[in-house]
Amino acid sequence: MTTRKIEIMVGFFVALAIAATLMLALKVAGQGASGNGETYTLYAKFDNIGGLKVRSSVKVGGVTIGRVEGIKLDDEDFTPVVTLSISKSYAQFPETSSVSILTSGLLGEQYIGFQPGFAIDDIENLSDGDFIEDTKSALVLEDLIGQFLFSRGSE
Amino acid sequence: MEWFARLGAGTLDKLSAFGRATFVLLGAVVAKPRPLKHIPLTIKQIYVVGVQSLSIIIVSGLFIGMVMALQGYTILVDYGAEGSLGPMVALSLLRELGPVVTALLFAGRAGSALTAEIGLMKATEQLSSLEMMAVDPLRRIVAPRLWAGMISMPLLALIFSAVGILGGHLVGVDWLGVDAGSYWSIMQSTVEWNEDVLNGVIKSIVFAFVCTWIAIFKGYDAVPTSEGISLATTQTVVYSSLAVLGLDFVLTALMFGI
Repeated sequence: MTTRKIEIMVGFFVALAIAATLMLALKVAGQGASGNGETYTLYAKFDNIGGLKVRSSVKVGGVTIGRVEGIKLDDEDFTPVVTLSISKSYAQFPETSSVSILTSGLLGEQYIGFQPGFAIDDIENLSDGDFIEDTKSALVLEDLIGQFLFSRGSE
Repeated sequence: MEWFARLGAGTLDKLSAFGRATFVLLGAVVAKPRPLKHIPLTIKQIYVVGVQSLSIIIVSGLFIGMVMALQGYTILVDYGAEGSLGPMVALSLLRELGPVVTALLFAGRAGSALTAEIGLMKATEQLSSLEMMAVDPLRRIVAPRLWAGMISMPLLALIFSAVGILGGHLVGVDWLGVDAGSYWSIMQSTVEWNEDVLNGVIKSIVFAFVCTWIAIFKGYDAVPTSEGISLATTQTVVYSSLAVLGLDFVLTALMFGI
């Protein structure tokens, strides 16, 4: 086999590998569709984050607008602070928006449900580094059962 | 006493083999690069180890993807979760089966051929004649094969995973009737480029290095007789497979463990 033919075959091989990579990137990993653009950061304080994890999604009505970037404990009052990175294309949320930790399905993973608030003239939009004031913690099943038993006991 | 002597001799034997293997590797890799001379040689070897492995990689990738879709569907459908077929097939291919099965096939298809080729070159004293002509066989024979293996295997693993996912689509969507939209969209929301795809590529680069190194060293170090070459070829396949499976556990623990 001549060198030229070998070179053509190797070129074909590499092109096939590039095609496979592109397919994995675009079709399988969903790269480029959303999520790797520019983002801005919001913070939210919760009493209890339940099973929320880093990289959990932030959704508005089911549409993913960002991801949980980090979870740490506040130094002073020891409550969890969740860092959210939200895509820049969704930058128009008013300051009255609220976030709550929800579960997808009965046994599914936990995500952050973002509820856009009302916007009146003197209410500004959330910008990079803002804290979201209105938060609802995760439902912890053990706490619910405890409350239920307690209320039954006091009847 | 005899037992201790045997243990000591065995250990020293293994250690000196490892030392020789390191010298082969360093002699092949560490040197002044001469691209004009070595790139054509490497391309020739990519053809031998990469392009000629393409058919077995594509066929096994297709069938492994199809079988996983078939098996996964029968279990997932009980829970009404057949939409998760896409991420199941894609994640197991990208994280584990792609790199590992490619490395095992590569060790069997290309690694054994490398060992036999270099071993036979040694047995027929082609390596010594090269040295007599002041051509370093490590640079001329070993280095292009090493680079070709390291370049080819990650590409083969990517092709394997992509073909496997298409095979899963073939069985899951076209035959068993999983919704095509959910097959792709749940896969897209689950699979992460850095976490899953790139870690799989890193795995297959490590496997490529280990498999090619073992194959080349076993050939270069073979006893230059027919029995020696047959033993070296067997050892290449066995050692490569064991190394790949062991390293896969370590790498998985490091990448996805916590």
